[in-house]
Amino acid sequence: MLKLEALTVSYGPRHVLNDISLEVNSGEVLALIGPNGAGKSTLVRAVSGVIPIQNGRVSSGDADLLAQTTMQRARSLAVVPQAVSIPPAFTVWETVLMGRTPYLNFLGQVSAKDEEITRLALTRVDALDLAERRVGELSGGEQQRVLLARALAQSTPILLLDEPTSNLDLHYQVSFMETVSSLAHRDNLAVLVALHDLNLAARYSDRVALLVDGRIKAAGTPRQVLTPELISSVYHLPVQVIPHPFADVPLVLPGKGPPRA
Amino acid sequence: MTNRTLSYLWTLLFLAMAVILSIAIGAVFIPPADLWRILTGSLSGTTLSEPLKTFAFIIVSIRLPRTVLILLTGAALSGSGAAYQGLFRNPLADPYLIGVASGAGLGAVLAMSVQWPYTFWGLMAVPAASFVGALLTVFLVYALARVGKAVPTTNLILAGVAFSSFATALTSFFMLRSTGELRRAISWLLGGASQAGWGPVLTILPYLAIGLGILLLSGHTLNLLQFGDDQAQQMGLDVTRRRALILIAASLATAAAVSFSGIIGFVGLIVPHVMRLWFGADYRRLVPLSIISGAGALLVADVIARSALSPQELPLGIVTALVGAPFFLWVLRRAKNQGFW
Repeated sequence: MLKLEALTVSYGPRHVLNDISLEVNSGEVLALIGPNGAGKSTLVRAVSGVIPIQNGRVSSGDADLLAQTTMQRARSLAVVPQAVSIPPAFTVWETVLMGRTPYLNFLGQVSAKDEEITRLALTRVDALDLAERRVGELSGGEQQRVLLARALAQSTPILLLDEPTSNLDLHYQVSFMETVSSLAHRDNLAVLVALHDLNLAARYSDRVALLVDGRIKAAGTPRQVLTPELISSVYHLPVQVIPHPFADVPLVLPGKGPPRA
Repeated sequence: MTNRTLSYLWTLLFLAMAVILSIAIGAVFIPPADLWRILTGSLSGTTLSEPLKTFAFIIVSIRLPRTVLILLTGAALSGSGAAYQGLFRNPLADPYLIGVASGAGLGAVLAMSVQWPYTFWGLMAVPAASFVGALLTVFLVYALARVGKAVPTTNLILAGVAFSSFATALTSFFMLRSTGELRRAISWLLGGASQAGWGPVLTILPYLAIGLGILLLSGHTLNLLQFGDDQAQQMGLDVTRRRALILIAASLATAAAVSFSGIIGFVGLIVPHVMRLWFGADYRRLVPLSIISGAGALLVADVIARSALSPQELPLGIVTALVGAPFFLWVLRRAKNQGFW
């Protein structure tokens, strides 16, 4: 599981993240939602140790993740970035195999076990048939799956995803989030996913945290967080929330509702 | 045979042919058959005939040292070019981009403006100064580009380009003011291994061995850096430290090459690109292939420099630019739409 306690990050005098406390349990998907500039990506970068934090603690069990070496941390926590600007010339196999880095020596020599784990990771995201292709030839949805497989090859109990669906079409959004959900529920990973799309968050997460101006404004089940009052005030837009037609989750629709006659 | 083995076979074959060409061609042409006889003769200890003895003397005291020096220079420039391109994820990166070569040039010209005695240490002053100039440049540019603990790539390139212009301007200024060995400075700056004998080779060999050795072991690191600093770190790479190591290694190799052979452009830029187009982007292979082919390519350029307007010798830097640039454009045209970067 992943635990954030009183996390504060600032660029100069400005607090970008302010006193963030969150818990993501194993076997659970936590969706991080919020308007642009709320600090979702900053949170992913801070938790993965890429940018320094001013205050707080990020832990997994007893281990203080930010006190660990880069390599140790990469064995606990893997990040799936957006599939923009990834090197096009490597093959899918080479790319996913690089996920094994935290277990490799200076030279990056791989063992049969590393190759087996790479094969399993590719199978898990249904991309084994792409193995010999160059990443640059793939569609956005395929590239995103490759990056997920690379994170899985790191064999970590914690998975962070930074708006993985924003460049995908409807079909890939749904199938990608279904894979992510099953990674938490079947493989027992602790998954934190930053999402733009409120309805994807409602449909595929167990809990939702709403980040506004660097603070957690609300956290809880999708039904608790995705209320018309809260979402309207945060996004400065009137919204309606109705029951999903076939799933037991809320559905957020922008607009004031039907005009009254 | 796998593609990997084949790529090494081709480049090694190219290098071998370039070496033979470089030893055979010069003011006196030595036929390859005689080369073979001299080689087998000296190895088996049989006495050589009189004309062969003369050839053997030319080879050992003139051709071979020059060939080895050029070979090492090409290997260093091209190997560090590949490393810089990987390090900065920038197709324009080469030993010149971050100012290393210009810093070396400035150091050398400063040393040349002093009249050194014509002794061993006097001869050593220029390369030593250029070496110091190159290393100081790396540290200066690195310090200028630093933000907190991180060194963003863009900052590094901007600081490098700015410092490079500054150093080049200073170099021109000192050359205008200098009264001494101006001619030597100019010919050095245009690139050319003017100093003969084994001295230069032995001087730069340790630096090259360390520099290129580290680069040869850094393929995996360079591969990871292609994903950008954030992702490389999230995959477990200690980005700041590993990048500093590669930067110093590449600069060490560059400085060693520049200190005796002057400013030779294009080799460090073009050879890695051609290797990437032909043999793929995996740096574990790209670095060694660039080192081998860079050595071969500079030898071929040197043969052209020596023989095109014989007996006059062209500066090597002019040949690499005149021959290298069109060749590169031809390769690029043929490979268009491959999106290799």
